[in-house]
Amino acid sequence: MTSFTCDESVSLCEGNMMEVCGSTDSCLREFGCEQSLLSRPDGSASFVQGDTSVLAGVYGPAEVKVSKEIYDRATLEVLVQPKVGLPTVKERSQEQCVRETCEASLLLTLHPRSSLTLVLQVLHDDGSLLSCSLNAACMALMDAGLPMSCLFCGVTCAIDADGRIITDPTAAQEKESRALLTFAVDSTERKVLMSSTRGSFSVHELQQCIAVSQKASEKIFQFYRDSVRRRYSKTL
Amino acid sequence: MRRRRSRRRVNACEAGFPNSVEMFSRLKNKVGEVLLPGDEFCFDTDDTISLTESVKAEKVVCGPGLRRSGDRLVVCKSGVLRHKQPNVFWMDAQQKRYVPAKGETVIGIVTTKSGDVFKVDFGGSEQASLSYLAFEGATKRNRPNVQVGDLVFAQFLIANKDMEPELVCIDGSGRANGMGVFGAGGLLFMVSLGLVRRLLAPGSEIMSDLSQLFPCELVVGMNGRLWVKASSIQRTLIVSNLLQSCENMTATQRRELFKRVAQGAL
Repeated sequence: MTSFTCDESVSLCEGNMMEVCGSTDSCLREFGCEQSLLSRPDGSASFVQGDTSVLAGVYGPAEVKVSKEIYDRATLEVLVQPKVGLPTVKERSQEQCVRETCEASLLLTLHPRSSLTLVLQVLHDDGSLLSCSLNAACMALMDAGLPMSCLFCGVTCAIDADGRIITDPTAAQEKESRALLTFAVDSTERKVLMSSTRGSFSVHELQQCIAVSQKASEKIFQFYRDSVRRRYSKTL
Repeated sequence: MRRRRSRRRVNACEAGFPNSVEMFSRLKNKVGEVLLPGDEFCFDTDDTISLTESVKAEKVVCGPGLRRSGDRLVVCKSGVLRHKQPNVFWMDAQQKRYVPAKGETVIGIVTTKSGDVFKVDFGGSEQASLSYLAFEGATKRNRPNVQVGDLVFAQFLIANKDMEPELVCIDGSGRANGMGVFGAGGLLFMVSLGLVRRLLAPGSEIMSDLSQLFPCELVVGMNGRLWVKASSIQRTLIVSNLLQSCENMTATQRRELFKRVAQGAL
């Protein structure tokens, strides 16, 4: 298990980028990750952000049902299992967000007529669940050795009543917030792959949040690198 | 110890870059480092071409995990960059799911017998076909004795993403060359593909450590399946447990364990 803490807040003051320091509390909670912890799936990872924790398992490339077969690429299926009970509409929407992000980064055309299944088990939800699921998904896909054009990470930003941007909010902070935005950021160009928003916010706030997320994503990508390096340290 | 193995062929794509001398040295600098998907090797094309010196364009052969995209080389799997003389580069990744490649030898399980082909499960995304004529000495009259559930050691004749994989149990000259149906006894178990590659690497330390313990018969399939047979069931189990535990051990830990077993933990 590797973990990473960041205490200093992110400040964006360079060039013509938006000035977001001062009014934002853009520090991420402590996060940690463990790869290939399950024996049955082809790739697995658990990702912990503060008290939020998600376990991901990837199966594939495996045999596909004829009804779901796509002739020129792999079929990706994402299943989100809540902590208790059966998946609801909320989980369905999360599934779609994660699936679309994964489809954007995976090279699915390299495994035509096969199926990839990604199962995300929510272990505990203390805010920023979608971004934690995205991070867990990315680590699990990497662990499975599936061909990817780039990595991705998820960052959640909450805008509270005073207009302050909080990255990686807890459940309590999410509840108090005026708007909640989650972005998936890719590792090569820091572009937004997916966004999921709730509440009302201005265009300026949206751009601020994207800038904060892109800055925060650097830390997560650096953590990915350290974590994978530690994993391969024995075979170097 | 008897070991059946065959030369591993890398599913390679050749990338001839106009200014690949530079690319070559950049790749060379990163050998042995951990890289992640999305890492790129780009090179700045020189606008000026020397007229006096002849620039020799070297070719770089990219194995699994590296892809050419335009004028760049992109990593698409997380792992360690490896290099083989003179110009082969690939990503060494720890994964469990096997993706077939032409020429690789695997251990398969016969699942169905239909007409003149057997369907063989090798742990990939679809089943491979194995013709009954693709055995040593097999003719239309003289069919090989293969039952459903049997294990076969075979190599891929066809393996690409668009076609059904096809296995054969003979080499180019019609000889079995170690391949064919397994006899009775022995134990089949799974390990990660990374460990299999480490076992098959020339001069493998694990293999030399293991061969000092006691005689055993070991078949290594590139699909992560290993088959072991030793003089007794106990010894077979010891070998299988040792190999499975090699997965997550450093070289010193492994030597320690092998020494303990050799000293008489039996």
